[in-house]
Amino acid sequence: MTVSKLLPLFVAMPLTGGFLIALLGRRLKSLPEALGMLVPGGLFALALVVGRAVLAHGPLFHFMGGWKPPLGIPMVCDGLTAFMLITVYGVASWIALYSVSYARMYTSTWLYYTLFLFVLAGMSGVVMTGDLFDMFVYMEITSLSACTLVAFGTERREMEAAFKYGVINTLGGLFIIFGIAFLYGSCSTLNMADMAKVLAERGAANKAVLLATVFLVVGFGMKAAIVPFHAWLPDAHPSAPAPISAMLSGLIIKCLGIYALFRLLFCVLGMTPVLSSVMLFLGALSMGTGAFLAIGQQDFKRLLAYSSLSQIGYIVFGIGLGTPLGIVGGLFHLFNHSVGKSLLFLTSGAVDYATGTRDLEQLGGLSKRMPVTSRAGMAGAMSIAGIPPFGGFWSKLLIIFAAVQAGHFAYAAWAVLAGVLTLGYLTKALKQVFQGPLPDRWRAVEEVPAPMQIAMIALALVCLGGGLLFLPGIRGLFIGPASKVLLNGTAYAKIFGGTLG
Amino acid sequence: MVYNLCLVLFCIGLYAVLRKRNVIKMIIGIIICEYSANLFFIMMGYRLNGRAPIMAPGSTIENMVDPLPQSVVLTTIVIGLATTILLVALAIRLYEKHGTFDITKIKELKG
Repeated sequence: MTVSKLLPLFVAMPLTGGFLIALLGRRLKSLPEALGMLVPGGLFALALVVGRAVLAHGPLFHFMGGWKPPLGIPMVCDGLTAFMLITVYGVASWIALYSVSYARMYTSTWLYYTLFLFVLAGMSGVVMTGDLFDMFVYMEITSLSACTLVAFGTERREMEAAFKYGVINTLGGLFIIFGIAFLYGSCSTLNMADMAKVLAERGAANKAVLLATVFLVVGFGMKAAIVPFHAWLPDAHPSAPAPISAMLSGLIIKCLGIYALFRLLFCVLGMTPVLSSVMLFLGALSMGTGAFLAIGQQDFKRLLAYSSLSQIGYIVFGIGLGTPLGIVGGLFHLFNHSVGKSLLFLTSGAVDYATGTRDLEQLGGLSKRMPVTSRAGMAGAMSIAGIPPFGGFWSKLLIIFAAVQAGHFAYAAWAVLAGVLTLGYLTKALKQVFQGPLPDRWRAVEEVPAPMQIAMIALALVCLGGGLLFLPGIRGLFIGPASKVLLNGTAYAKIFGGTLG
Repeated sequence: MVYNLCLVLFCIGLYAVLRKRNVIKMIIGIIICEYSANLFFIMMGYRLNGRAPIMAPGSTIENMVDPLPQSVVLTTIVIGLATTILLVALAIRLYEKHGTFDITKIKELKG
């Protein structure tokens, strides 16, 4: 297979780009912006090629240094990985375009692009690696770069938020290290497929594996900001520059938290009814807490951050159900939320860029001055809140159907309630920003520059088209293979076929 | 038994992170946590009276220490170094902006 030779590029290209920018970015002013756009855009095309190859030939591998598993570090690209890669680069390339205008607000933009590319390298590493410890390393690359980006404004609030984010994410990483140590001690391997094989042969889970599961759920919970571990998210997301908020909320917590958690739970440890009920409870808790806290917010971005908590709850809940419908719904919602919430954060950034404030009380009537931003924001909000033609409606509907189908009526009712609350707080936010009388001080507000507009329009169109992904013909191309990987569960052990000794 | 001591060390670090008010002491707590995790991982691969897994022609290796945790821990130490540098840099900037290391006085973000 020649396509499998392309797999390391997903990590190598952003890393090379990042280092080139760090070396030459200060001299060549246009290099950071050019590389910052070309790398995610090029990798999006590459992700589509890889996705097609996975669809046609099954999983692709690349063995680093030629060492066959269980030795060495494999890069694995199956349906779920392809799904994540396409989502990540599809959204990230538009965010990069948006950054071109937005990052000019800051000094030393070359640093911004370096870190931006490192975040991308880390994320594609996390979703592609087949080695547990390697996953941790990539995770830390992403966390550290993201933490630095949160502090990029270097003002009082940014520093405070970045410190919180740094401390909680490091602790989460340490919990994961303990989990990995327990798993290694009990399986004597770090290769995920090999680990799944050893655990499956052993049958009943022993205490070390149980303890490892607890550590891993706590660690990944901190990275994903599932509710009892969410304290950093409402501070970090509003403080970061708007494109980075969009990355954090749309992509980083999903790759580092949701993807890693469910890859391990489903494919390596094996999903059990107990784990499923824990996930359902955590998901429902996040859903409710996020929605209730979002209602009272006065800061546009903070409201969106709490909304992210709530939507992450939906995803955890849907995938945690473990039924085919639930998994499809959860992954579909993951995609819709990535696009929709990134778009909303970009909108809030555009409002901030034009007016200099994010306070809902002071804003108002901006739809007259900023028609594109206002319509894009409306599209994102309708997708997240679940208004019918948009993608978000279908994914939420699927999750609620799946809960009813599995007999969890109380949880289904709770999900409906949280959905109504979502509609409530997003309507409130958009109404206060874009509708109503235009205050005198915003009379002279201008629409944001063209690159920002184009990025928002593109994401809004994806939001609108997101619903089509569930049509029977298209479903098998994108979400189907991804959900099949999770459904097959510990069959992941056989992914390398005969090569695994 | 020894493994339990690692967990005790981890809890000491966690206590420092959660209860101490000084930013620098919180960072030290994180470093303690890191050491406990590293120690735990190293001990996972240790054998009593084990030797280094160096293969020479004609020699047989009995009772060797597992080298994989050691290489893993080497990587974690480097990551820990980067984390510590970042956190300390943030702490210095925090002090510049807020004029204090007391985390309970740095609370502009809430709600």
